[in-house]
Amino acid sequence: MQNKGKIITGLVIFIALFTFPFIYRMGKAAPAPDVVLTPKALAAKQCVRSTDYMTAEHMQLLDIWREKVVREGQRLYVTTDGRAFNMSLSNTCLDCHSNKAEFCDRCHDYASVKPYCWECHIDNPKGEKQ
Amino acid sequence: MKSSRRSFLKIAGLAAAGLGTGPVLRSWAAGGGAPAPKIMNNAEALEAKRWAMVIDTRRFHSADDLQPMIDVCHSIHNVPHLKDHHHEIKWIWSEPFGNAFPEREHEFMTEKLHHLPFLVLCNHCENPPCVRACPTKATFKRPDGIVLMDFHRCIGCRFCMAACPYGARSFNFRDPRPFITHTNLAFPTRTKGVVEKCNFCAERLAVGQIPACVEVSDGALTFGDLDDPASQVRHVLKENFTIRRKQGLGTGPGVYYIV
Ligand code: HEC
Ligand code: HEC
Ligand code: HEC
Repeated sequence: MQNKGKIITGLVIFIALFTFPFIYRMGKAAPAPDVVLTPKALAAKQCVRSTDYMTAEHMQLLDIWREKVVREGQRLYVTTDGRAFNMSLSNTCLDCHSNKAEFCDRCHDYASVKPYCWECHIDNPKGEKQ
Repeated sequence: MKSSRRSFLKIAGLAAAGLGTGPVLRSWAAGGGAPAPKIMNNAEALEAKRWAMVIDTRRFHSADDLQPMIDVCHSIHNVPHLKDHHHEIKWIWSEPFGNAFPEREHEFMTEKLHHLPFLVLCNHCENPPCVRACPTKATFKRPDGIVLMDFHRCIGCRFCMAACPYGARSFNFRDPRPFITHTNLAFPTRTKGVVEKCNFCAERLAVGQIPACVEVSDGALTFGDLDDPASQVRHVLKENFTIRRKQGLGTGPGVYYIV
C-alpha cells in the first residue's frame, strides 16, 4: 500500500483522458442536416408515400421498385391517394428531388451512406450542370 | 392430484389460445385500414406469350444499310463505343455469313453471301444456356420469352459469355461512361465489371413501343408474338423460308432470318 498516491493519480489521469472526447463534445452533437426541397417537390407537397415512411424506408421502397421493374416488368406505382408514378430512380425520385446534392447526398453524407446506384443510374436526369 | 393437473392443462391451453389471437386480431385491424399502394403494368404495355423477330436479309446490301439499327440501339441504351475490339460492347452488330451461320457455309456458296453483312443480336432463346450458367440468376427468362439481365445482381463472373453460342454478350472491362458520346438521360448506363446484352427493348415494350431497331428498319425487321397465329411475325414466317443461327444446338433462337 505504499503506492496509493501514485495509483490514484494515475487513475484520475486515465479517467480524465479516457472521458475527454465525450466531455469535450457534450451537448454538441452534429445536428441532422436540413434537406432542401425543390420547387417541384414543394408543389407536390407529398412524397410517393408518407414522409415518415420515406425517411425510414426509402431504400426498401427502391429495392421493391427495382425488383418489380426489372424482374417482373411492372412499372406503374399507384399511391393510396390515386397518384400514379413510373417506378424509376432517376426519372421519378430525381424528378422531384432533382437537387440530389442538397437532398439525397446531404443526408447520406451525414449518415455516412454511399449508395453505388449512381455508377449506372443518371444522377442529373434533367441534364443540368452539376 | 389427477384432476388438478387436468384443470391446469385446460387453463394453460386457454391461455395459449388467448395469446395466439392477439397477432391475428391486430393483422385484421391493419388489413381493414388504409389500402396499400398498387404496383401494376402500364395500360399501354405490349404483351405477348413469346416475343420473336424476323430479319429480312434480302433488304440489306452493305454494312451501311445495317448502321441505322445499330446506331439507334446503341444510342438509346447508352452502349459505349470502344475502339479496342477486346473491350468492345455490342448489343446488335454485323457479322459475315460464315460467322453468323457457320454450319451453313461452304466453299461454293453464292458470291453474294460472302460479302453480305448479317445483322445479329441476342436470340432470346427458348432454352437459354446463359440462364443456366448464371450463378446469381442475374440473367433470367421472362414469361414472355425475353432473356433479360438484372444488372443489380450481375457479379461479372462471365459464365454467361462462355455459355452463349452467339457471342451476344459483352463484358465491361472498363468504366463505359467516358466512351458514351451522347448519354440518353432516361436510361441507366452500366459500370465496370458487369456483362451486358440486348434486352429486346423491354423498357420500350413497357410503354407500348416496339423495339427501336424494328422501328427504324423500314419494315426489314418484324417483331411480334410467335404464339399468336395472327401476328405479323407468324405471317412473315409462313410466307418465307427462314433460318435460325446454330439451330442444331437446341437453344431455340427467337430471331429468324429470311435469306
Ligand atoms: C411528387 C414529387 C416527389 C417524388 C416523385 C418523390 N418525392 Fe420524396 N419527397 C417529396 C416531398 C414533397 C417530400 C417532403 C414531404 C414533407 O416534408 O412532408 C419528400 C420527402 C422525401 C424524403 C424524406 C426527407 C426527410 O426530410 O426525411 C425522402 C427520403 C424522399 N422523399 C425520397 C424519395 C425517393 C427515394 C423517391 C423515389 C422513390 C422520391 N422521394 C420521390 C416529393 C417527392
Ligand atoms: C433523411 C435522410 C435521407 C434522405 C433525404 C435520403 N436518404 Fe437514402 N438513406 C438514408 C440512410 C440513413 C440510409 C442508410 C440506411 C441503412 O443503412 O439502413 C439510406 C440508404 C439509401 C440507399 C441504400 C444504400 C445502400 O447502400 O444500401 C439508397 C439506394 C438511398 N438511400 C437512396 C436515396 C435517394 C435516391 C435519395 C434522394 C431522392 C435519398 N436516399 C435521400 C437517409 C436518407
Ligand atoms: C450495373 C449498373 C446498375 C447499378 C449499379 C444499379 N442499377 Fe438500377 N438499373 C440498371 C439498369 C440497366 C436498369 C434497367 C432500366 C430499365 O429497364 O428501364 C435498372 C433499373 C432500376 C430501377 C427501375 C427502373 C429505373 O429506371 O429506375 C430501379 C428502381 C433501380 N434500378 C434502382 C437501383 C438502386 C436503388 C441502385 C443502387 C442501390 C441501383 N439501381 C444500382 C442498372 C444499374
